[in-house]
Amino acid sequence: MVWFSGMWLGIGLVMIVTLLGVIVKNGFSIFWPSRVMEIELVEGSPAAIQGTKVLAGEVRKVQEKRIQAEKGGTAREKQLFVGNRDAYGFGFRYVDESDIAKITYPDGILLAERVEYGDLIGYPVSLKLASGEVKAESPDFLKRLGETVAVGNRRRHEIESIEKDQIGKINHRMGALRLQQRKAEIDGKLTDDYRTDIAADLAELQRRYEILANKAAALRAEQKAGLFVYRLPTGTEREIPAGDLMQFYFPNRIGFFGQFGHFCSEIWHFLSREPREANTEGGVFPAIFGTFVMTLLMSVAVVPFGVVAAIYLREYSKQGPLVRAVRIAVNNLAGVPSIVFGVFGLGFFVYFVGGSIDSLFFPERLPTPTYGTGGILWASLTLALMTVPVVIVSTEEALAAVSRGAREASLAAGASKWQTIQRIVLPASVPGIITGLVLAMARGAGEVAPLMLVGVVKLAPTLPLDTVAPFIHLERKFMHLGFHIYDLGFQSPDSEAAKPMVFATTLLLIGLVVVLNASAILLREKLRRRYASSAF
Amino acid sequence: MEDTHPTQDLDPMTQPSSSVTSAAETSAPAAPVRKKDYIQVRDFSFNYTPAVRVLHNITMDIPENEVTAFIGPSGCGKTTLLRNFNRMNDLIDGISHEGTITVNGQDIFDPNLEVISLRKRIGMVFQKSNPFPKSIYENVVYSLRVAGQSNKEILDEVVERSLKGAALWEEVKDRLNQSALGLSGGQMQRLCIARAIANQPHILLMDEPCSALDPIATAKVEELIMELKRQFTVVIVTHNMQQAARISDRTAYFYLGRLIEMDQTLKIFNNPQKRETEDYISGRLG
Repeated sequence: MVWFSGMWLGIGLVMIVTLLGVIVKNGFSIFWPSRVMEIELVEGSPAAIQGTKVLAGEVRKVQEKRIQAEKGGTAREKQLFVGNRDAYGFGFRYVDESDIAKITYPDGILLAERVEYGDLIGYPVSLKLASGEVKAESPDFLKRLGETVAVGNRRRHEIESIEKDQIGKINHRMGALRLQQRKAEIDGKLTDDYRTDIAADLAELQRRYEILANKAAALRAEQKAGLFVYRLPTGTEREIPAGDLMQFYFPNRIGFFGQFGHFCSEIWHFLSREPREANTEGGVFPAIFGTFVMTLLMSVAVVPFGVVAAIYLREYSKQGPLVRAVRIAVNNLAGVPSIVFGVFGLGFFVYFVGGSIDSLFFPERLPTPTYGTGGILWASLTLALMTVPVVIVSTEEALAAVSRGAREASLAAGASKWQTIQRIVLPASVPGIITGLVLAMARGAGEVAPLMLVGVVKLAPTLPLDTVAPFIHLERKFMHLGFHIYDLGFQSPDSEAAKPMVFATTLLLIGLVVVLNASAILLREKLRRRYASSAF
Repeated sequence: MEDTHPTQDLDPMTQPSSSVTSAAETSAPAAPVRKKDYIQVRDFSFNYTPAVRVLHNITMDIPENEVTAFIGPSGCGKTTLLRNFNRMNDLIDGISHEGTITVNGQDIFDPNLEVISLRKRIGMVFQKSNPFPKSIYENVVYSLRVAGQSNKEILDEVVERSLKGAALWEEVKDRLNQSALGLSGGQMQRLCIARAIANQPHILLMDEPCSALDPIATAKVEELIMELKRQFTVVIVTHNMQQAARISDRTAYFYLGRLIEMDQTLKIFNNPQKRETEDYISGRLG
């Protein structure tokens, strides 16, 4: 029996470790730069691109494939990431190993990350700048290219800052002014003076907006000024605006340390940047942030709710059939499919509560909803509702575990029941309450289905926290890692390209849950040490 | 509190000036100077559930500033009676009682009486020491804290006085802010005594306070009880007859929920009037 039960545990552990291993391996491999292979094909191979025999790319996968019956058996094929989606119309190519005539790892091949169309793989030819053309053969070509890319990156940030922050603020002010006008109109206080005042303010803002917009347009034009000319492995020469390049490196030239440095910077970009190109490129920072804020908000909502309910159930209510029925109902609530909570959240929080808030406090914005649409607040509350049974159950257990001796000592000292709960019972139950919170967070942070109904979006232009007053925007929609995984895996235009991102995002989601839980567990251990004793 | 003299007239069933009503005729000549009867129990019966009666028609008087010991075999109801004095049994569902208990003339089951104010006048020490998971200091001042006292000077004074009263001051005065859970078993029990006397109650109820202690700690606690009776009316439940003989002024013997005999300790141990008492004391029973 020992062996039997141990075996099942072993199987479970092996499965978990394998799962984590697969996720870690696939998740990290996308960041590690592999070498770029140039392949010369045999005559008439179906893998040829645009009729040429040469193609180059990173080998992503080597797999067995079943081939036609007349040849018999199986053959091996390589999956190459060939990049240059703008030129080829695809990003990946399968090549049969039998079709390969020659493999080389050319030293001069360059891989560059672009703003659009994914990576570029090719040989640099020249750099056409306003100051003249620099040929790839010239000794200062690399230096000039690096400078150009750096300048372009800086300029792109500047454009972003103008368009998002400065123009965003002006838009916000203009919207606020229009709302003021609308509010005055609803209240019947809209005088002609007021109207002209607002019109003047709007005109001033419009003027400032145009200045900024012109500045941004000028910068954009500068971005397009320089041209980077390169030759595809297939032989065609192409050119793109140098400002579209984000970074470049020579994959076959950098050594292990270069690869490692590139790996680290890629991970950093993934964590800190916003997604680009339908989420398949760039980073996932808004999704990390959204998941984090949502989980925190959920915890803030679920703990008081669950603890107070558990105190009533355990300490105040008269134990009887009714309380037993309530307890069973609470436990069963934990088994209700999460999408049901999503529907409830949509109906109750979004339409009913949010709609009421809108008609009471934001009538001037209607029919555009403010709180009457999905948002991070409603998503957090929906998840709080979903996870509250977990907190109730574990809090009740913790309350029940507080020794009778301690309660009696407190009551005998002249404390009231509430004082006893507040000063003796609750502090001793804190570790149990945190256990409930850990379980609630673990469930809540990974939940996707209900969120799709109450506020998660594929791409949120703004974070729930920013520098525009009132700084915390609980009504905003947000991005979530779990939904991001779903979106990448099933909704993305290039599923091959998105696959590694799915793993990387999954790894990140697991990591985030682990970090949140670990901090709660640390807190619990700290408190437990404080209350540790034989008497309790 | 001075104006509420404990008049026996409150209860017509009372036989005046008798420390032991069930054995009244035997005890009358032995009490030269009567102290004030602080706790009066009149025809008190107690049920845990309607079918389970654990105390039957108890009538007794507990004089002030004396140590009264309750002895008897396990399950005889002595702890139940003790826990009625500060109404700790209220925590249990389904209890019921008949008869009255008055403390300093006040009926403790009076619906107008606040249980909290009753408990503030009655300190209690439990069988198992139960310090709170707080510092030594906070343990002692707990009853003052819940009563809303936050004046640091008063609290400091109470801590010193109570810990000295519980003979613990010298051992812990340098670590008042450390957790009470780091103390030894005997120290914990003395801390619980300090906590019970911090608010200067009138009565101290002790439910087998030494049953979990070693002989040295027991001796210390016993010494302490002898000291405490100068200020407090002490009621102690004990299984240890030598202890009852050593420290108490008056002893009540319970058997199967009935008060068999109550008298001055010397008399109970040397010359018991009832056959059952003699059997128990001499070890033939229980």
